[in-house]
Amino acid sequence: MVATPNGFNLDNSGRRIVVDPVTRIEGHMRCEVNVDDQGIIRNAVSTGTMWRGLEVILKGRDPRDAWAFTERICGVCTGTHALTSVRAVEDALGISIPDNANSIRNMMQLNLQIHDHVVHFYHLHALDWVNPVNALRADPKATSELQQKVSPSHPLSSPGYFRDVQNRLKKFVESGQLGLFKNGYWDNPAYLLPPEADLMATTHYLEALDLQKEIVKVHTIFGGKNPHPNWLVGGVPCPINIDGVGAVGAINMERLNLVSSIIDQCIQFTNNVYLPDVVAIGGFYRNWLYGGGLSSKSVMAYGDIPEHPNDFSPGQLHLPRGAIINGNLEEVHDVDPRDPEQVQEFVDHSWYAYGEPGRGLHPWDGVTEPRYELGPNAKGTRTNILELDEAAKYSWIKAPRWKGHAMEVGPLARYIVGYAKGHEDIKNQVEGLLRTMTLPVSALFSTLGRTAARALEAEYCCRLQKHFFDKLITNVKNGDSSTANVEKWEPRTWPKEAKGVGMTEAPRGALGHWIRIKDGRIENYQCVVPTTWNGSPRDAAGNIGAFEASLLDTKMERPEEPVEILRTLHSFDPCLACSTHVLSPDGQELTTVKVR
Amino acid sequence: MPQIETFYDVMRRQGITRRSFMKYCSLTAAALGLGPSFVPKIAHAMETKPRTPVIWVHGLECTCCSESFIRAAHPLAKDVVLSMISLDYDDTLMAAAGHQAEAALMDTIEKYKGNYILAVEGNPPLNEDGMYCIIGGKPFVEQLKMAAEHAKAIISWGACASYGCVQAAAPNPTRATPVHKVILDKPIIKVPGCPPIAEVMTGVITYMLTFDRLPELDRQGRPAMFYSQRIHDKCYRRPHFDAGQFVEAWDDDYAKKGYCLYKMGCKGPTTYNACSTVRWNEGVSFPIQSGHGCIGCSEDGFWDQGSFYDRLTKIKQFGVEANADTIGLTAVGALGAGVAAHIAATALKSAQKKSQAANAAKTDEKTEA
Repeated sequence: MVATPNGFNLDNSGRRIVVDPVTRIEGHMRCEVNVDDQGIIRNAVSTGTMWRGLEVILKGRDPRDAWAFTERICGVCTGTHALTSVRAVEDALGISIPDNANSIRNMMQLNLQIHDHVVHFYHLHALDWVNPVNALRADPKATSELQQKVSPSHPLSSPGYFRDVQNRLKKFVESGQLGLFKNGYWDNPAYLLPPEADLMATTHYLEALDLQKEIVKVHTIFGGKNPHPNWLVGGVPCPINIDGVGAVGAINMERLNLVSSIIDQCIQFTNNVYLPDVVAIGGFYRNWLYGGGLSSKSVMAYGDIPEHPNDFSPGQLHLPRGAIINGNLEEVHDVDPRDPEQVQEFVDHSWYAYGEPGRGLHPWDGVTEPRYELGPNAKGTRTNILELDEAAKYSWIKAPRWKGHAMEVGPLARYIVGYAKGHEDIKNQVEGLLRTMTLPVSALFSTLGRTAARALEAEYCCRLQKHFFDKLITNVKNGDSSTANVEKWEPRTWPKEAKGVGMTEAPRGALGHWIRIKDGRIENYQCVVPTTWNGSPRDAAGNIGAFEASLLDTKMERPEEPVEILRTLHSFDPCLACSTHVLSPDGQELTTVKVR
Repeated sequence: MPQIETFYDVMRRQGITRRSFMKYCSLTAAALGLGPSFVPKIAHAMETKPRTPVIWVHGLECTCCSESFIRAAHPLAKDVVLSMISLDYDDTLMAAAGHQAEAALMDTIEKYKGNYILAVEGNPPLNEDGMYCIIGGKPFVEQLKMAAEHAKAIISWGACASYGCVQAAAPNPTRATPVHKVILDKPIIKVPGCPPIAEVMTGVITYMLTFDRLPELDRQGRPAMFYSQRIHDKCYRRPHFDAGQFVEAWDDDYAKKGYCLYKMGCKGPTTYNACSTVRWNEGVSFPIQSGHGCIGCSEDGFWDQGSFYDRLTKIKQFGVEANADTIGLTAVGALGAGVAAHIAATALKSAQKKSQAANAAKTDEKTEA
């Protein structure tokens, strides 16, 4: 048994369970746990199993292009890296964006939060709580009654509607081709919903699949496409022309009406379906409060959604900024991404080398050299890993720390920070939910709390999206149609050397890009992303990261079926392509290995 | 092989009438650009064909292709997954994980040898013994080769699988390698784009299900029906290009009027894709319509063709006759001769108009002096 400095006990003496691939996430991930005789997880090892090297690719390129490269870090949280990138470049070069650009960017970022949270809950996470096969046993009439009870305003609630869905599901299952549901854990006792709730939630899986393609049209209008809309250093690329010559080819009344109708659809779905589902499903799992991990100790948020353009001071951000350490909600620390002592990355247990052990580097000075090697106690071979050795290097994810602390980031972290700071909207939402569910504040620090915070945040983001739509209209009404500042578009207007930082709150948590520009080109580019925080391996001191901490002490009904592991890992909405793109431009030339 | 429902069976069992089914076939024919005579053929195919198993694997990628796929409006993604194909392995969406996921993969390969479609999103990195992308403790390239061996055909989704995309941009640190350079003995359909348009993705799949053959491919292996024309050929702003009317700076009066984005670096003239016709997200818009130039994301190596804001040609006085030849000569290397000639010819035409472009050229000279 080992006690970690951040307050967890690890015991790797029990049976080792390996889950690889961890599915229903973005990217590639592996998880190993040790369970004791009672099936309780006593040790957890999480591993990022992909690496793409985007930062070395960025070296020497035009900083105005960086948004497009970094956007391709992730197609799920599409756009958030691009926004972070243009902010970093604007910060470095001292570029101010117009008010309309701030409103449009915020709408796009909020739209992503809503879309991502909905798709995460229904298409990546729901099957950890919901059993679609069990839905076949439901009484459609009772399902209809349940639906009307949990959400009286949702129009799709008749017995016939649920019977149709159930019939479709039945034929699907009877065909013998279970597709995506094949080999699921459908007779595992970890599933607790009655058949009617399973049928209701499975129906909403399909409704959400139809709806999500509507949500993203806000990106399409302002950015031309989704996934991967277009962005612009200095503002947004879409011009506004409400009633002049050629208005039909720009952001005009028709486009704005479409945005407005989508905003309303988002509000309706979140209020009538998403939030009520989380409350209903959560009610059946109210005693399953595993998975808190780091959330009751150390959480962090950079904050986002500035009310005014170019003002990132904490009081002006709708999503809160701050850090809480060792569970002290009385004190919320400010976070300064420029301070070399605050955000640092370590690689002692990552497949990189810094030259000296225990060294942490601020992203502006990041050095990375990939070094793939397995520890002496790993089982298997270099290209056929059976078990990892967590005492050595074991992940493509680095270990970022805030003043030496492993931190959890994401919707729950944002909501804990907001709650602790007395953020009015967040406090009201949290207290309302806890009251509805008759749960204490401590219930927040759990897998369920993470899932609930995401739903609350989606609802809050819907309201904010409307706020910025109204703001845009007001501003245009007052005669301002500007969307881009081109004063410093040309590289010859730039200083010879500059450095900047961009921060956002991605759906999965705090996201930062650090850039150095020299002679009009990118000299150094570093991203520290949410899943790097949450999925981080151990550091030299032995602190474990949020994924690993969250799995400890969880009881598995059947250790060979990883339902509980998936449930808790998914509550973070892991994004592995994001977390493992990292390589510093200062990195050594990589060794080429023979073609297989 | 077990008893598998046909497409038609599935639709009927879901309560879809014969009449609606035939209507669906007509719409499918129309969507694929086929005449009414094809409707009975489509109907027949759907009445007799079983749901085809699809294995969807993921290498180095960002999952934008999967995200695009679920945006499909016709047919809806849920109908594709529930009624048209049997998506037996897809690590982004499947319920099972770990051993159970691997078992689902092996089971499908075994049961449907030679009869399943392999869809590949992303690509295998070959450096570091392939361990820059690990699935089940092994290099992704091994899973790819194993799944490819018994596949009927392979779909390379997106720029990653087709060409390498962003992780293969210089200096390609992981040696990310497109699928066709690793799998040499299977028919491969490239569906490039970062990501491809949703309805192009479902269009390719439904074509294969409907006609039980690969779509006609161009020399690069792309379906000709979607990739045979340039964005520029069908761009609604094309008349402004021909008239020499260009956006000169972001958010200027010309941008507000929807003039051509060529001078802002638009890669529409060298990019083969369906964006300006099919458009994105149910036809709502496409990059040029929303004010940003095309970045050429469906072209091989588009990351390494200079800045997205560089003009395709370096000429300073675009639209002036004396320099029209230069346009042809300096057009980007990837450009076909025909394309270059086209730009030159159009430039000649617009030169005669001597409109805004000439003035713009002067401004250009001033700012670059």
